[in-house]
Amino acid sequence: MQEWTGLLPVFPLAGFLLLVLSRGRMSRGIAGVIGAGSVGLSFLLALGIAIATLNNGGQAYTTVLWQWMQVGDFAPGFSFYVDGLTLVMILVISGVGFLIHLYATGYMADDPGFARFFSYMNLFVAAMLVLVLADNLLLLYLGWEGVGLCSYLLIGFWYDKPANGYAARKAFVVTRVGDTSMAIGLFLLFSQLGTLNIQQMLTLAPQQWAVGSGIAVAASALLLGGAVGKSAQLPLQTWLPDAMAGPTPISALIHAATMVTAGVYLIARTHVLFELAPSVQLLVAFIGLATLLMSGFTALTQTDIKRILAYSTISQIGYMFLALGVGAWSAAVFHLMTHAFFKALLFLAAGTVILSLHHEQDIFRMGAMRRRLPVSFWCFLVGSAALTALPFTSGFYSKDEILLAALHQEHYGMLLWSGGVLGAFLTALYSFRLVFVVFFGRDRHQSHATASHGHDDPQAAVVEAMSPVMFFPLLLLGLLALGGGFIHVPVDAVFGSGAQEEAHASQLVHTLMILIPIAGVMIAWFVYGSRSYQKAGEHLREQLLASGIGRRLHRFWFSGWGMDTLYEWVFVRPFLTLAALNRRDAVDQIYGWVAQAARVGNSAVVMLQTGNLRWYAISLVGGLVIVIGLGVWR
Amino acid sequence: MIVWWLIAVLFLGGALAWASEALDSQLPRVVALLALLGSAALVLGLALAGQANPLSPQGQWWVLADASWIPRFGIRFLVGVDGLSLLMLLLTVFLGLMALGAAWHEIRERSGFFYFNLLWTLAGVVGVFTALDLFLFFFFWEVMLIPMYLIIAIWGHENRAYAAMKFFLFTQVSGLLLLFAIVCLAWFHAQQFGVFSFDYFALQDVVLEGRVQTWLMLGFFIGFATKLPAFPFHAWLPDAHSQAPTAGSVLLAGVLLKTGAYGLIRFTVPLFPEASASFAPFAMGLAAVGILYCAKLAFAQQDLKRLIAYTSVSHMGFVLLGVYAWNLYGLQGAVMTMLAHGFSAAALFMIAGALQHRLHTRDMQRMGGLWSRLPMLSAMALFFTVAAVGMPGLGNFIGEFLSLLGAFQASRVATVFAALGLVLSAVYSLWVIQKVFHGPLLLPAGQEREAAGGPADLGRVELLCYGLMALGLLWMGLYPQSFLAHSASVLEALLQQTGTPGGG
Amino acid sequence: MDAIPYEHGLILAAVLFVCGLLGVLTRRNIVFVLMSLEIMLNACGLAFVVASARWQHAEGQIMYLMILTLAAAEVAVGLGLIIQMYRRFHTVDISVLNEMKG
Repeated sequence: MQEWTGLLPVFPLAGFLLLVLSRGRMSRGIAGVIGAGSVGLSFLLALGIAIATLNNGGQAYTTVLWQWMQVGDFAPGFSFYVDGLTLVMILVISGVGFLIHLYATGYMADDPGFARFFSYMNLFVAAMLVLVLADNLLLLYLGWEGVGLCSYLLIGFWYDKPANGYAARKAFVVTRVGDTSMAIGLFLLFSQLGTLNIQQMLTLAPQQWAVGSGIAVAASALLLGGAVGKSAQLPLQTWLPDAMAGPTPISALIHAATMVTAGVYLIARTHVLFELAPSVQLLVAFIGLATLLMSGFTALTQTDIKRILAYSTISQIGYMFLALGVGAWSAAVFHLMTHAFFKALLFLAAGTVILSLHHEQDIFRMGAMRRRLPVSFWCFLVGSAALTALPFTSGFYSKDEILLAALHQEHYGMLLWSGGVLGAFLTALYSFRLVFVVFFGRDRHQSHATASHGHDDPQAAVVEAMSPVMFFPLLLLGLLALGGGFIHVPVDAVFGSGAQEEAHASQLVHTLMILIPIAGVMIAWFVYGSRSYQKAGEHLREQLLASGIGRRLHRFWFSGWGMDTLYEWVFVRPFLTLAALNRRDAVDQIYGWVAQAARVGNSAVVMLQTGNLRWYAISLVGGLVIVIGLGVWR
Repeated sequence: MIVWWLIAVLFLGGALAWASEALDSQLPRVVALLALLGSAALVLGLALAGQANPLSPQGQWWVLADASWIPRFGIRFLVGVDGLSLLMLLLTVFLGLMALGAAWHEIRERSGFFYFNLLWTLAGVVGVFTALDLFLFFFFWEVMLIPMYLIIAIWGHENRAYAAMKFFLFTQVSGLLLLFAIVCLAWFHAQQFGVFSFDYFALQDVVLEGRVQTWLMLGFFIGFATKLPAFPFHAWLPDAHSQAPTAGSVLLAGVLLKTGAYGLIRFTVPLFPEASASFAPFAMGLAAVGILYCAKLAFAQQDLKRLIAYTSVSHMGFVLLGVYAWNLYGLQGAVMTMLAHGFSAAALFMIAGALQHRLHTRDMQRMGGLWSRLPMLSAMALFFTVAAVGMPGLGNFIGEFLSLLGAFQASRVATVFAALGLVLSAVYSLWVIQKVFHGPLLLPAGQEREAAGGPADLGRVELLCYGLMALGLLWMGLYPQSFLAHSASVLEALLQQTGTPGGG
Repeated sequence: MDAIPYEHGLILAAVLFVCGLLGVLTRRNIVFVLMSLEIMLNACGLAFVVASARWQHAEGQIMYLMILTLAAAEVAVGLGLIIQMYRRFHTVDISVLNEMKG
């Protein structure tokens, strides 16, 4: 199997080409089979490779497809490197990817751009596989930009709405800022180490750089810039909530399970560089912490079902960054995997809700949906439990590992841990707020739908949109979200045994970490769920909003801590003003002045030519007199 | 000999095309096609000959042809082809064919004279890429200018006279500086060796005192930087491009700009190595400023062709950056950018031309949502835009990445600023996609009422042209080695000769 | 035979020249302008003859012959043009004939 590694991205790529070349003339059935089947083939192959490799003792290997280019010493190849980390990533990408593709064949069944949708999706999977398989940073960059492009195309998939196009462009440009930083990082790394091959770099760097040396700090900080952009962490997180403009399967695949975790993958992949720059590594931890808290608070105030999930994604990736920052590499990868399961589940379930309610996304226009949409309800319940890290779900094990590792950080352990636990509390609060508001309480949709659409038959309005191709992925993801915690990620060999010390903590800490999320769920129940307390809960909320501080805080959090407004004023507007100011190109104006001067000179000389013969004769004589005069005087 | 044939075929083909118009107005384009195919065959023959015999006795030169022209001043008809020239020749004949494809249905009036000008421009370009006698070089430099002037002035759009005159003046003034520098160089040669010579190899032996070298270098630099064009000599380009007919834009963007870059690599730096080395930081600064400034200007444009024109200037900044980094990465990056930008910019101009042909406007404010009407054209536009943004896997990325990689070794500050151009290029490119192809459907007034389907999607000739260019870009992006290998030995030799250690 | 001092000849030439020049500058009738030009030419010729007599060289006289032929040719062409001009514009006033301004 291992010798076929090169085929992994080829299947989806072939799917992409077939779908594009068919130019939309293919029937939906065939397009769906090609779209989902190509990813399925990749998954089977990935599974085979994983089994073969693990039977082999997890020995890492490299497959060279061809030499990309050779310029002096710069010789990156189209070559794939497979080790435990890669295996986890390709299995998640192709596995979760396949399930989401399958789901999408049902979700997008009525969309006119069906084939276009699957072509972009396939291209995305191919690029993402290249990203994680790459054995050098340049090839990784290819995948990196490729997934960014697909993300752009898919966010703006429904292109006739300008708002979607705006969200897509925002996503691409903001991540491009990070990408540029990463590209500069590549230049720096190459100029210092003479190679972009990741494994060579990881062996060369500790030999050439001292811990904490300026170069190491600069290089890892630049790479961090790329990771922050792609993974929507502070300060480049603003694009992800808007990216929810895309179809929901996209949000599940790209903006929850795979692409946004690429930054985590990048840092884990180049972890040696970050170990050489402790200050940057600490920065990673604090970025993660700040992001997870900030987006946790923001998620509390959102009303759009997908935006809540988007902010929760940002916050969960914050946990992964926190793990990376404290050196718990395998915990980060573990959480990456479990997060892919439960967040994909949540998004797909949300997709079902949205589809069933005819593209209604405001959670306060839903309610009491647990009977109408039973499958979605159970999926949401499982997904939220895992997200909240309730005991025995997958999220519990991964988040537990991260928090314990944070606690054992040398200097700021207590701070990072308590921040993380506060985040866990917020997570519980916002995710069960979502569950309770959507699935319990009063049915606000029916009244709203009747009011706005004048439906006579409200029952027809809400029927769970569910077909076998949508049900099967939900079921499987649900099982994974529950039991994924028992999967052992085979990454010990990748990160060395040093990071694997068993973390010891007091009983109190363990108890706290179990109890705090549960407390969050309880509070959410009292405020949003329970019928008996609903009045009190609503009253409480109203009171909070009525007070000046409460209202302002709510608005502040709702806007994502004002980051969009800040960037609008700091970057967007000045740029637009500048563009409008100098539309005609000042440099061109300068040349215009030269031309103008020539024209003025011309008309001045033209005036001399009067056509008057006498005037000519006089000037002739005058000139002669002057010349002779000068000659005589000398 | 084969090089002479190459030039002769184009010159004669042009004359024949003009003459054939008298017989049938459809005939000139067929004659032009035959002449171009003939020259393409000759270039491919050259490539094969070069591969069979990579190192001829003259070092890296595969083919040299030599004849006396004006012996009184030591002017000779000396032409030669090496790997670098060969790549440029391939680009020239390929884009010549593309320009022909663009003109195929567009040019109706005085088509004989049009194809005459087209082929003569190409002949001039081929001469520029092969001439090794500086006087001959200058001769061809002027030969390619005047037919292009006529193409803009006769077949251009509404403001063509102004644009053509601006193009002519900029090129002519900068050409004058170039000529002056060339003559001075030959004069210094006469002083030092007793005979006049315009021979490229002989002139490299001329020893120049510092100040003089700097001034002559500036003459060459301005001559070539205007053609490239580099900030701040770019003002002619937006007008020329937006007013030229599609085929003219294709040739301008795809080929003529590359002669400037070629001149910098071939002549400016090797002839004046010390002066260029001390000038390099300044040139790289200009490049970075140009990249950012023109990217910003591109964003502000509403005329689609003008916008693409500014992006050309911005991308040519990467070439300038790579050349003045003067190491193997930078130079290879510059060469790759020249090739890839030739393809992508030409394709984008063809798309803009195709839109103008269908919608009768270039104003982006009056278009929108064309994807639903013209899916194939839009998909092609998306592809080439993405290529221009520098998507890895396509040729432009290889060029820009290598340029920046090389520049990073030479000047970190300039590189960082230039890299910001990557962000800006995303901003303006995606804006074009959004404005023209995405969003709600918007057609210029009167377009809805045309035949039921509205504007038609791509025809066969167009599809063939775009497909070929897309394949070319993919090839450059996925296996650039087949291009890099040709220029590697040439560039290494140039680096050695100027005393810079190759390979960083 | 007492020679006339050559200064006298030159002064005469200068006076003639200035007379011609004033004619050219002041007359409005183009025929008179042409005649004044003839006077100026002849003044130059006189200067040449005087100078050649003074230095006993033949070149001055040859030069006068050339001026003579030149003047004849000029008058022929000039008068022809004037006749054409009169036919077309019905005037010989040069202050009216200023069509050739820039």
